[in-house]
Amino acid sequence: MSTDTPDASAGEAQTEDASTEDVPADEVPSRAELAARVDELEEALAEATAEDGGKKMSIIATKGTLDMAYPPLILASTAAAFGYEVTVFTTFWGLDMLHEERSKNLQLSSVGNPNMPVPNAVAALPGMDRVTTKMMEKRITDNDTATIEELLETSLEMGVEFQACQMTIELMDYDEDDFYDGVTTGVGAATAIQDMAEADIQLLV
Amino acid sequence: MSAEFDIAETLDVKGASCPMPVVKTKSAIDDLAPGEVLEVVATDPGSMSDIDGWADGTEGVELVDQTEGDDVYNHYVRKTE
Repeated sequence: MSTDTPDASAGEAQTEDASTEDVPADEVPSRAELAARVDELEEALAEATAEDGGKKMSIIATKGTLDMAYPPLILASTAAAFGYEVTVFTTFWGLDMLHEERSKNLQLSSVGNPNMPVPNAVAALPGMDRVTTKMMEKRITDNDTATIEELLETSLEMGVEFQACQMTIELMDYDEDDFYDGVTTGVGAATAIQDMAEADIQLLV
Repeated sequence: MSAEFDIAETLDVKGASCPMPVVKTKSAIDDLAPGEVLEVVATDPGSMSDIDGWADGTEGVELVDQTEGDDVYNHYVRKTE
């Protein structure tokens, strides 16, 4: 290996076996041995990649406002279209997007968002969240943007696995029957960690 | 531009916006046989980049052509396997 460097070629050692000087001859692997080793490694690599199957994405969805329910559902359905095996683990308010009744009624907060057209002092008045939510819902309809319900049902059809955190189900006093058919319940953080560890893409929304 | 390829099926996603053009394209292509071409007609300008990206990142499909008309974007996707 070192015979190519200027240092080594500059001086004394012009002998053929200069590169193996420091290794006893019987420990130098033969060409056949190297080829066998390469075959072995290639096989192991093929096995390792095949075992894993397809690409995976793991999303943790923690928000249940109308605006924040969109990103995980859009990304989940799109990744499924790419052939990813997608898991969406929902916790806290994220469960609301899986809740048949509540998912149709997600609200937009008019306070705390400086991009809203109304000042916070006005936005905090009773009923303002309802107003901004109605405005957003109208935009969604006018633009033919998919609704949360449509995105959720499309994602379920495409094989996205939605999980509702068991601790949150109990905390919020939800019933397992409240969720869309196909939603997985009875799971916790360890399930989410396991999915994230195996995933090619992990997102917290 | 009459065709170097036959169109097996046409999917109309006019009006639909992200992510529906890609998601519906995927579902429609699943119903085709290998070698067949799906035409997707969209009005979402984002579909030009999105369907290109989707076809590039998805196994078993190939983007054959994309054309842009008056607010209409046509995509031609072949199922390869």
